[in-house]
Amino acid sequence: MEQDTDIGGQENRFPETRHSAIVAARSEDVQVRQRAFEAIVASYWKPAYKYIRIKWKASNEDAKDLTQGFFTTAIEKRYFDSYDSTIASFQTFIRTCLDRFVANQRKSQQRLKRGGSSEHFSLDFSEAEGELLLQPRADELTPEDYFHREWVRNLFSQSVERLQQHYKEKGSEVYFNLFERYDLQADGQDHSVDKVSYASLAREFGVSTMDVTNYLAAARRDFRKLVLNNLRELTGGEDEFRREARALLGVEIK
Amino acid sequence: MRWLSDQGLRNLLRVAADPDFGGTKYRLLDEISRGGMGTVYRAVDTELERQIAIKVLNGPEAGEDIARRMVREAQIIARLEHPGIVPVHDVGLLPDGRVFYAMKLVRGGRLDQYASADVSLKDRLRKFQAACEAVAFAHSHGVIHRDLKPQNIMIGSFGEVLVLDWGVAKVMPTHSTQADSEADTLLLAANGNTGDELQDTAQGTIIGTPVYMSPEQARGEIEGLDERSDVYSLGAILYFLFTGKSPRLTDEARLQIRPRELNSKVTKPAEAVCLKALAQSREDRYANARELAADIAHLIDDEPVSAYRENTVERVGRWLGKNRFLVLLVLTYLLIRVFFIFTARR
Repeated sequence: MEQDTDIGGQENRFPETRHSAIVAARSEDVQVRQRAFEAIVASYWKPAYKYIRIKWKASNEDAKDLTQGFFTTAIEKRYFDSYDSTIASFQTFIRTCLDRFVANQRKSQQRLKRGGSSEHFSLDFSEAEGELLLQPRADELTPEDYFHREWVRNLFSQSVERLQQHYKEKGSEVYFNLFERYDLQADGQDHSVDKVSYASLAREFGVSTMDVTNYLAAARRDFRKLVLNNLRELTGGEDEFRREARALLGVEIK
Repeated sequence: MRWLSDQGLRNLLRVAADPDFGGTKYRLLDEISRGGMGTVYRAVDTELERQIAIKVLNGPEAGEDIARRMVREAQIIARLEHPGIVPVHDVGLLPDGRVFYAMKLVRGGRLDQYASADVSLKDRLRKFQAACEAVAFAHSHGVIHRDLKPQNIMIGSFGEVLVLDWGVAKVMPTHSTQADSEADTLLLAANGNTGDELQDTAQGTIIGTPVYMSPEQARGEIEGLDERSDVYSLGAILYFLFTGKSPRLTDEARLQIRPRELNSKVTKPAEAVCLKALAQSREDRYANARELAADIAHLIDDEPVSAYRENTVERVGRWLGKNRFLVLLVLTYLLIRVFFIFTARR
């Protein structure tokens, strides 16, 4: 039988289990702290930018400045040190901080100038703006729900990228290609509409139907592990990680 | 970074939330159906290289009571070895902490789909009788289903009838010993607990599907439910098979429309069987599914049923209808005799 790949398993080619970036953000070690900030910014800047555009109805230029300004201030003033995972999720915490930050900015009419701060992140705002146009917020979503959904989208996008990288490094691209074709559905179509079947994929990729079953099962399992790995990095502790995993995937982490 | 559309994100959320069969002999194929308690997936048993169905608890957040119920469901089905009840092969815990059980994959359609096709009343009765017999077998083992409805009855590809979804089944007090304690053991292991008493369905809790639910079940009288509650549900299914509609009750809990008002092909005895099963007072119903199945068998064979007292005309009419060939033969013989008598006199 076909051997499954196993992220962090026997072959252990994948980076070790990630640790909480929120915890690391409080480290006295500057390098550790810097890496943690990068991880937090990478996961939250897009949801933050889109949230500011939607909830605060900011122009794209203002939203860019506010996003840059928020993360810069948060790092300089060490906002994340005050986070308590027993009170709320980190996601709620960061959104609350963001609201407070934007409200203060609006109140004092201080428009942050890009590049004016000591820290500056290289963020592709045009990509985020393009996504806003491609997938506008549905009316039934509150800005808070929208922030959550965009955070999930970002988390999953990162996980897909890492999955692709993982299989590329292993020379097993067919796993990812099948996953992409069947589960990711780049064209955004549902299977019931698209009629992609395991048999048609087997013909397309020149493998047996059983291989398609096994490869997809392995890729899905690896994807799930990557999502959990990323989630662990973005939560403040074991309890919050379990809560988020349960809410997001319905899985109980032992 | 890769852009994920809403549909792509939904697909991935589903994929990521799919049960983790890693370390088991099963490989997930796709989702068959999703219910309040669990989701049924099509999967492959890689050792036997055959497709099976696996029911997996929707998530640990579903709660201990639901998980316990699912383990009990598996154990109840496993005890009921009957051709009308899907056999369970395996029960256990997945690496992600979810309870699952594996069972035979039934290919076919649901009873409601079967009934929507052009099928004779007799054929409908035969399928219904088979369902009654499966439920009767469960009753004889002290198990009541509590959620019988057309959607929970499958017609397999060989025409076999299978009663599914025993998730809210109840083991009658005199029978509930071994299965309950085993279910508790597995769940305690799943939850890392060591011994707190788990709660059964509480009195006053309404479980089941409203239009197919007996009045006492709708009132939440869980403790007092017995086989006659299933008989009511079977009566509602029979009503559906006769009319294509589920029974509707008035505010006084009386049937709004009788089957014969919707389908003139339904005979008076057939309607009487249906109404007896649907009686508001359980004392007026069949005592169990076996009694109902017996009357259905009589209906199929044009025999008198316990639910309907025939008058002489009806009895003669039924006898004539049942012995049509014999009557025709005798009539023909008599006509020939008369013909010969007349011709001989001339």
